[in-house]
Amino acid sequence: MELLLLFIGAVLINNVILSRFLGICPFLGVSRRVETAFGMGMAVTFVMTLASLMSYIVYEYVLVPLDITYLYTIAFILVIASLVQLVEMVIQKSSPSLYQALGVYLPLITTNCAVLGIAVINMQKEFTLMQSLINGFGSAVGFTLAIVILAGINEKTNYNNVPKAFKGYPATLLAAGLMAIAFLGFAGLIK
Amino acid sequence: MDSSLKKIKNGIIDENPIFVQVLGMCPTLAVTTSAKNGIGMGLATLAVLIASNFAISLMRNIIPSKVRIPAYIVIIASFVTMVDLLLQAYMVSLYDALGLFIPLIVVNCIVLGRAEAFASKNTVKNSVLDGLGMGLGFTAALGVIGLIREFFGAGELFGFKLYEALPDAVQGQIQPISILVLAPGAFIVMGILFAVFNHINSKNKAKAE
Repeated sequence: MELLLLFIGAVLINNVILSRFLGICPFLGVSRRVETAFGMGMAVTFVMTLASLMSYIVYEYVLVPLDITYLYTIAFILVIASLVQLVEMVIQKSSPSLYQALGVYLPLITTNCAVLGIAVINMQKEFTLMQSLINGFGSAVGFTLAIVILAGINEKTNYNNVPKAFKGYPATLLAAGLMAIAFLGFAGLIK
Repeated sequence: MDSSLKKIKNGIIDENPIFVQVLGMCPTLAVTTSAKNGIGMGLATLAVLIASNFAISLMRNIIPSKVRIPAYIVIIASFVTMVDLLLQAYMVSLYDALGLFIPLIVVNCIVLGRAEAFASKNTVKNSVLDGLGMGLGFTAALGVIGLIREFFGAGELFGFKLYEALPDAVQGQIQPISILVLAPGAFIVMGILFAVFNHINSKNKAKAE
């Protein structure tokens, strides 16, 4: 039950993009078409869940015993960067069709601050392994949800008559602002 | 001297990291609830930018090009850790306000972007100047966004409570737009500022032609 609440909280209430402001760059960059947005979301879900697991293991079994927890920033970013490399190679070998779908997005994920951000949040909140996994997966689902909705809005407004100065980023940001207002409504969902 | 100034101005205006290059949007939206937080975040990034540009430019001939990106990330992460520990020791209130976004300077695209695009190809002096210019441009943008959100959203200016100083009759007439300091306000203020920037740019272009 507690884990379910954590999951819902990560997806809707503390949405990575709309309330925590993590991963804005891919959010603005890859949100032109629903299809690519979904691909990006899937790639992030995959990596973020794995990264939550790996960074938990590294923190709990390497950094804490050696008493070098202050090096967590360096350790986590290295874990994530190598994880992305590894995932890319494994997918390329084992499933070419999945690689074709996710391949282009994978290198971008290393610099997606949502992945590192969630790893740091898991550490700061002293989550257990299970909680870290749920939080990582839930946040990634929230990321996918937000980016797919925004891409849908963008597809619709592409042909609208937007004032010249508002074309591109400004219109996207305003749409995201309205979405964030809608997501504020979820705040009362869990006490 | 002239070319040094030009490098700094380049970072602040011509290639402003936020409004022109659209890099580093996460901290821009997240920490700009007040002018003080925005400028604090800007200065922390500025320190990392100058230090990492300096170190990377110094080692640009030693680092093999195949492993340059991981090497850059380790260098940047080391400086971020230093800034993180320094802030925790000497500026606790700012450290608490910026929270998660201090370790996340590592993945700020501006820092890695300047390392790859500038410091890896230029002299130490120019790289430091480039870091200074980009950092100041970033700080200025964050300061302006923070100022606007704080002023309209909370009725304050650098923590000074302007709204509460107003006479009661005026307070009954107007209200701070409190949504601007909440999460949606970040997107909305940023979107409007972007539109203003676009408008001014296109006017300047029309004038030049």
